[in-house]
Amino acid sequence: MLGLIGKKVGMTQVFDERGILTPVTVIKIESNVVVAERTIDKNGYSSCVIGAVDVKKKHVTKPYAGQFKEICDPKKHLVEMRDFEADVSIGDVLGVDFFKDIAFVDVEGTSKGKGFQGAIKRHNFSGGRATHGSKFHRGLGGTGMAASPSRTFKGTKMAGRMGNAKTTIQNLRVVKVDEDKKVLMVKGAVPGPSQSMVIVKKAKKK
Amino acid sequence: MDVIKAIELEQQKENVENFRIGDTVKIYFKIIEGQTERVQIFEGLLLAMKNSGVRKTMTVRKMSYGVGVERVFPMHSPRIEKIEVVRKGRVRRAKLYYIRDRVGKAAKVRELIRKKSTTAKK
Repeated sequence: MLGLIGKKVGMTQVFDERGILTPVTVIKIESNVVVAERTIDKNGYSSCVIGAVDVKKKHVTKPYAGQFKEICDPKKHLVEMRDFEADVSIGDVLGVDFFKDIAFVDVEGTSKGKGFQGAIKRHNFSGGRATHGSKFHRGLGGTGMAASPSRTFKGTKMAGRMGNAKTTIQNLRVVKVDEDKKVLMVKGAVPGPSQSMVIVKKAKKK
Repeated sequence: MDVIKAIELEQQKENVENFRIGDTVKIYFKIIEGQTERVQIFEGLLLAMKNSGVRKTMTVRKMSYGVGVERVFPMHSPRIEKIEVVRKGRVRRAKLYYIRDRVGKAAKVRELIRKKSTTAKK
């Protein structure tokens, strides 16, 4: 898995190489630092720990700051990437140019919280008729069977808290990599509000 | 938001807007057919301009064999080679949608003729 930590800046539109106006999400990727490496000999699996966004040393606990020690300033976000396919070592700084040769990416983020929502919005239930004597409007409908099993199964789709969960959008096309602005542009929307942290990974299925 | 503004500004053409609503304009639009590229001219009345920044569009209407045809062009599109003003129109509205309901002579826009003396006074 190849990936870096970025910040969702927002959405806009750009003209692509064919002159077609394309909706894009702008993701800012500032210097990501390789903070640690896990190896099969030592840890039983291989991975790469990447940190991004500087924080002041006084704002973090000593044990947290201890991870960075001589490598760099403490970072706000730390993400462990399993089986990092690029050849990197501790202390390496990775930037947007990392995505130069990558055509498609998966973007992972925390979706916007929607609060307590009904089953129609949360699970795309259909709902009933509004008029013509209908007494069933936006309810759930049945949640189980009868005397056997005489209980509702776990995991039945019902109303509840929606959003604010880890969400991955797959196969977003990379429209542009701008090294001056340290910005990556991908076609389409990305989960979460603007200014939130996202993880941009090389597409798994492309 | 600064990054987004900078990205949008990069794509905007400079001094594209040398025309106004009500003008008859000629739009040289590049069309890509497989490998070949050619320029198609669309001439008509500028009905409306919408949105702002890179998203700014213009609606152009013409009569083609007695049928009204309207096309919306993104103003900053790289596929627009140039825009020529054929005739200046005198209108009192920013959106000329009323033209759609008019037939014949009533669908015309009066030509704007600026007297030299009045412009000199200003």
